[in-house]
Amino acid sequence: MKKLSEFIIEKLIFLSGIASILFVLLILVFLLKEGLSLFRTVNPIDFITGTNWYPISDPPQFGILPLIIGSLFVTFGAIVIAVPLGIASAVYVAEVAPPWLRDFLKSGIELLAAIPSIVLGFIGIITLAPFLKSTFNLSSGLTAMAGSIMLAFMSMPTIVSIIEDSIASVPKSYKEGSLALGATRWQTIYRVTLPAASSGILAAVMLGIGRVVGETMAVLMITGNAAVMPTSMLQPVRTLTATIAAEMGEAVSGSPHYYSLFAIGIILFIISFAINLSADMFLHRSKKKFKVKR
Amino acid sequence: MIDSKVKEKIAFAILLLATIIVIAPVALVLFVVLLNGLPALSFEFIFGMPHDGMRSGGIFPTIVGTIFLTIGTALFSIPFGILAAIYLNEYAERNWLTRVIEIAIVNLAGVPSIVYGLFGFSLFVAFLGFGSSILAGSLTLSIMTLPVIITATREALSAVPRSFREASYSLGASRWQTVRNVVLPNAIPGILTGTILGLSRAAGETAPILFTVAAFYLPKLPGSVYDQAMALPYHIYVLSTQVPNVSPKIQYGTVLVLVGMIFILNIFASYIRMHFRRKKTW
Repeated sequence: MKKLSEFIIEKLIFLSGIASILFVLLILVFLLKEGLSLFRTVNPIDFITGTNWYPISDPPQFGILPLIIGSLFVTFGAIVIAVPLGIASAVYVAEVAPPWLRDFLKSGIELLAAIPSIVLGFIGIITLAPFLKSTFNLSSGLTAMAGSIMLAFMSMPTIVSIIEDSIASVPKSYKEGSLALGATRWQTIYRVTLPAASSGILAAVMLGIGRVVGETMAVLMITGNAAVMPTSMLQPVRTLTATIAAEMGEAVSGSPHYYSLFAIGIILFIISFAINLSADMFLHRSKKKFKVKR
Repeated sequence: MIDSKVKEKIAFAILLLATIIVIAPVALVLFVVLLNGLPALSFEFIFGMPHDGMRSGGIFPTIVGTIFLTIGTALFSIPFGILAAIYLNEYAERNWLTRVIEIAIVNLAGVPSIVYGLFGFSLFVAFLGFGSSILAGSLTLSIMTLPVIITATREALSAVPRSFREASYSLGASRWQTVRNVVLPNAIPGILTGTILGLSRAAGETAPILFTVAAFYLPKLPGSVYDQAMALPYHIYVLSTQVPNVSPKIQYGTVLVLVGMIFILNIFASYIRMHFRRKKTW
């Protein structure tokens, strides 16, 4: 009897193991099932390059270029802020800070990761938006810039922890070699440690981008939510994710509007798939690089 | 030419400044939430029903909804997640199938939360006919939480020394007996910590529950898993963007309750981690 129960549990273990593949496929299939229906009535090229997003006017127009540009603006702004800050604080936490401070800083960054995006969005509306409004003399602080600043901080835990890991995995002998040649700790960091950790840093930046592109609620609340072509960071924009969140509730099931939101979902899925796949490859490469030498 | 020691001092000062810029907003957010939220807390606020179009009264149904959703998520994602991690760490060979599973997990972790919302709606709400319900919401959140639990469990399993397994095998134990009696008991603290952190993230998610369970205004407690429910994160969204003239007191109070719940879970997880780390003898 023992053998049978063991046989059953081991089959269950195997099935759970491959379930992740099944779930990824299920997500893709259900997005495609609904999303591709849009292209029976709308030309895919017009969908991506169209500059008018009027899904409920008559006739409706489904051009998502303003949404793509909105996502690009917010993402670009966030990355410009997040990458230098993220690298700098990861280096500080991993290489410079004394041990007691290191634990404190690490918990602080973990805490940031624990705060739900809806809470950050709410606080952003109340603090960040009025600040930008008065600083830049705007009619509303809810702009692409506000979204970028918000998202830069939300992507920080991802960026910092991965860079920190990859710095920690640089073999000690590299640093010792450099210090033994008379280099200062700072010279060692930027001439030896950072270049050695470069694939990890690249992976961190990519995963940070993935986090920023996929973030929904905070962005919906703080970017002003205007589906028009933006020309500056100080204008309201609307991202791909925010569009789904804002309109899905009103879209009639089975209407072109409904299908178009799933088509946006397909695009987001493809973007996140590409980003995560390549980041994973960079991480694998950095792991392999040091394995033999250690 | 500046002396390289001076250069180092300047560089480290800049790094410290950057770190402060990263950490300061966390303190700011917690300070603002505590300062404005604490005065709103009362027995009536936590255990009362909302009144007057959510502009007064309590938020009890949203708290209960979030607790139900979190329990539902735990029920689905924990067994699946732990078994999957056991497969990857204890059974799987280093071959293409394992690599594909790993890539799938990495991608599940990266799929935007709103895409989970779309997926959950089309599979659970529409296709399987669960309707907008606690069941559909929990299942959606479960699949999203799965990669977190798998990754944490796998790390905990691989931290158990190889010699433990070899000792068990040498006594004639089978692979499953070794996993159940030797590996799992030693990995439990790590598994618990990771699982609680994963669930606390699920509890704060808004986008996946928007179309799968969340009710805008439903001043009664859910009676079955097929019922819609209010939930704290969605309620914050509603209070701050959808309903006009909500007093800031109620908004901040709701935010504080959600943040408080999530922090209690996080502190609990750190406590388990610390407690067992001290007791660990290997």
